[in-house]
Amino acid sequence: MNRDSNAYTFGFAAIMVVVVAFVLAFTASSLKDLQSENVRKEKMQNILSTIGIEVDREGAEVLFNQYVTNQYALRVDGSIDESVNAFSDIKLAYELKKNPTEQRFPLYVAKVEDDQFFIIPLRGVGLWDAIWGYIALKEDKNTIKGAVFDHKAETAGLGAEITQQWFMNRFTDEKIFDEGGNLMGIKVSKTNNDPNDTDKNDHEVDAISGATITGDGVSDMIAERLKHYLPYLQVNRTVAVLNN
Amino acid sequence: MSKEQHPVKSPQILFVTKEKEPLFSKKNQKLLKDPLDDNNPITVQVLGICSALAITVKLEPAVVMSISVMAVMAASNVVVSLLRNLIPSRIRIIVQLVVVASMVILVDQILKAYAYDVSKQLSIFVGLIITNCIVMGRLEAFALGNGVWRSFLDGVGNAFGFGIMLILVAFFRELFGSGQLFSVQVIPQFLYDIGYENNGLMLLSPMALITFGIIIWIQRSRNRKLIEKN
Repeated sequence: MNRDSNAYTFGFAAIMVVVVAFVLAFTASSLKDLQSENVRKEKMQNILSTIGIEVDREGAEVLFNQYVTNQYALRVDGSIDESVNAFSDIKLAYELKKNPTEQRFPLYVAKVEDDQFFIIPLRGVGLWDAIWGYIALKEDKNTIKGAVFDHKAETAGLGAEITQQWFMNRFTDEKIFDEGGNLMGIKVSKTNNDPNDTDKNDHEVDAISGATITGDGVSDMIAERLKHYLPYLQVNRTVAVLNN
Repeated sequence: MSKEQHPVKSPQILFVTKEKEPLFSKKNQKLLKDPLDDNNPITVQVLGICSALAITVKLEPAVVMSISVMAVMAASNVVVSLLRNLIPSRIRIIVQLVVVASMVILVDQILKAYAYDVSKQLSIFVGLIITNCIVMGRLEAFALGNGVWRSFLDGVGNAFGFGIMLILVAFFRELFGSGQLFSVQVIPQFLYDIGYENNGLMLLSPMALITFGIIIWIQRSRNRKLIEKN
């Protein structure tokens, strides 16, 4: 057969494409369950680590069910939608694009010994692609217990450092509201003159050099996602004040 | 410069001989050993530098990257070598690309299912294997003209040569950049107490280039035949 004829070339290309497509589709669909199981357990692992519980992926499910007592899907006004499963039904990336009245935001309530924590999922954009994470508030719904960040494609050694424990630890004990009760969020700042993050009332943490845009992404992500929870956080804050 | 001066620089001039030869004959061993030193893809052929710069900040991803590249190179060399008499020459580059790209996707999918943490660390770099010049270079220069077994050895050998350099550079970058090896602290605390500091510059790409430069320097001063005469 003439290997340089047009017919042969087209025929070869067509067969190659079909074969490759079949092989890839087969692999992807047969590994899909294992992969999504990994993602699901990692999510539990991340949520747990914001409240200071470190666990490997295999043990995550047991501990998650043990510590996370409630999962709410919140409407924009802060009320709870019982018909939605916060953990599995809500994908923040899609949710943010919906009409505000249809948006539901997940909130996890965890209890470790006598302390209650409120864990809020985050999602935003870094330099190259999506970044996301979880932030856990203490019982006063103001002080941060812990934070976890992750990213799709930030630069290794620079933006990708947001997933490092030393960076995430900087958020611990920072406050999201100022003294007047205004939502401040946490700013990843290059100019806070506080490299060790000793000042926990400045609503700022020290940035990573070389990762300005990823850092700004983290600041924006925290401020914007927390806004959705304002009705819930504030309703419950006033109740707490009244009880006093 | 003539071939006589650098007989080892062109392994692709060795073609399969007709008589039966043992699996690990001298010539086949050469396929494995040459890329380690005399014909190293990074320090001699200067291929695959781009991914080498990106992935050498820490040892662990460097090791995984090397293994993934080895899997991709060996497998795609074998596939292309099997098809070498069928591939229409006018679309051979496209065919090579398709083969490499599908191997990379396979590796990525398998890592996501069975080595999730590693796949997260490698993230975009797995995709970058497709653009690794070494892979395409070996397909074009070797697998298209050689038998399956020899192509397999050539893929493994070159990936090994690539991997060794990657790991060597990652060793120095992680050690001096973060004071760690495989994410375990190795520089003792008392050194920090008396004023030692990690060198942040080591974590940035320019230092990878400089480290490669130093390695090339050392290699050439040891291995005289690599030095250009002109």
